[in-house]
Amino acid sequence: MMKIEAIIQPSRFESVKDALREIGIEGMTVTEVRGHGRQKGHTEVYRGREYTVDLLPKIKLEMVLPDALVNRVVDTILKTAKTGKIGDGKIFLSRVEEAIRIRNEERGENAL
Amino acid sequence: MKCVGWKCSLSFVLVLGAFLLTVAPLSAQQTAASSAAPLTIVASAATSEIPRAVNEKLAQLDKDVKAAQSSADNAWMLVSALLVLMMTGPGLALFYGGLVRRKNTLAIMMQSFALMALITVMWALVGYSLCFGGDGHFIGSFEHAFLRGVGADPNPDYAGTIPQLTFMVYQLMFAIITPALITGATAERMKFSGTVLFLALWFLVVYAPLAHMVWGKGGFLNASLGGKFPTLDFAGGTVVHISSGVSALVCALYLGKRTGYPKQPMPPHSLVLSFIGACLLWVGWFGFNAGSALASNSLATSAFVATHFAAAAAALSWSAAEWFKNGRASALGAISGAVAGLVAITPAAGFVGPMPALAIGLIAGVVCYWMVTKVKAIFGYDDALDAFGVHGAGGTIGALLTGVFAQQVINPIFGAGKAVGALDGHWGQVGNQLVGVLIAWVFALVGTLVLLKIVDLLTGIRVPEEHEIEGLDITQHGEEAYNLES
Repeated sequence: MMKIEAIIQPSRFESVKDALREIGIEGMTVTEVRGHGRQKGHTEVYRGREYTVDLLPKIKLEMVLPDALVNRVVDTILKTAKTGKIGDGKIFLSRVEEAIRIRNEERGENAL
Repeated sequence: MKCVGWKCSLSFVLVLGAFLLTVAPLSAQQTAASSAAPLTIVASAATSEIPRAVNEKLAQLDKDVKAAQSSADNAWMLVSALLVLMMTGPGLALFYGGLVRRKNTLAIMMQSFALMALITVMWALVGYSLCFGGDGHFIGSFEHAFLRGVGADPNPDYAGTIPQLTFMVYQLMFAIITPALITGATAERMKFSGTVLFLALWFLVVYAPLAHMVWGKGGFLNASLGGKFPTLDFAGGTVVHISSGVSALVCALYLGKRTGYPKQPMPPHSLVLSFIGACLLWVGWFGFNAGSALASNSLATSAFVATHFAAAAAALSWSAAEWFKNGRASALGAISGAVAGLVAITPAAGFVGPMPALAIGLIAGVVCYWMVTKVKAIFGYDDALDAFGVHGAGGTIGALLTGVFAQQVINPIFGAGKAVGALDGHWGQVGNQLVGVLIAWVFALVGTLVLLKIVDLLTGIRVPEEHEIEGLDITQHGEEAYNLES
């Protein structure tokens, strides 16, 4: 089992979600987050006072998947989330030890 | 229309009869030689019956005309009163509420609302009397304490065609918004208890005397009721805006900066709220300025037009200055400009024509922009929502420009045909305005400083730093503006 964490542009989220549904991904956890990598923020001016806003809004998708699906999902996210500009985000993969479904205590890939 | 057909013809006949009666003796003398006889017959036939009926009818007509005028004036003045109340709540409450950070929204709105209640009660007990009772030079009297003698009859010194109760409640709305303006400078760090006590005392010690000096009978600065230095202040440039704006500056200096200012960003939490608030202020201001004609007459229209034009011009000039400086025109800039223009036209509204109103607006927009973006940064005071930069500065410019642009064709306040402002050739009025401005400045400055010291000893002025960080909504009022997850 692998966990995919993808941080993407909010404007791409709907397309990514639809594309993932098309390849049969049924579950995900989505969080509205703020952050920045190499992308610089912007400045706002209120009555002459300038503020640099460097934490920008992003969407974080989290999914835990059976190993067999991971590559397809990564490819799909890469294809749909990319705009080609700085600020498109990142995908992180990590191994997951165990998964347990709370309702019936199923374990492992069956719980996904 | 009360005058239905037959009544009209009857009164016409009666008036004609009366006319003939007054003219008859004269004509009789002039034409005595040629045709005296027929006229004397007319006169003698009419002497006993018609005069009494005519006089009664004329008296009745006179009464009807007065009642009709009173109804019209009263309707406009009641609407004006509610427009001015609307400027405080929700107008100013939304305008300021949007400009603070989210954690202080309810606190700043509550300060405006608390004043709506508190000043109203104080006004009924002594406030109205201290502003408009008696004929002292510096403050009113207790003549109308507990609203004694304030009823349906007009007070001819101030507004001869509307019930004094209407005049009283209209003036009350000014007394509410003026201290509320100060909360823009003390925002996000002043204790609620200290705010309420300070503003209540401020109303008695600063507002009431100043209102009496400028608007009250016999007041030192009154322009039409026997003042030493006749200062033109149509709707409150000195009484409302300089007094609150200068006091706001003193408060900002006394309180000190907000924790983290100016390093930490403190952007407005909702310019949408501020936008709605500013638009309500603009509309409400017609009651403030055009209502200050105290009648539904052509002067009210003149003030209405001047008010609107100045607001528009200032919105444009502030936006243009900003566009020139930052390459963009912001919504906050446009609404701030409109408010600055409305402030500046307030003393001038009933004295200037439309073109001078545009000029006053254009000047005020640029000067206030410069005050809040440059001057504030240079001196480093934390006038959180720019109560001084907009009201203090805008009020001062407006008061001085009133002396320049006031014209007797708009408002012959010094008597028919007498020059009013510099445009009429009366440059001395600019001097009078300067005296009024200086007195208002010094009075507000000293009064506020003394009161802040007293209140600081009694209740304390500033919240502890941890309360400031947590936000005044929770620490002062035990509630939050936005419980979006509930």
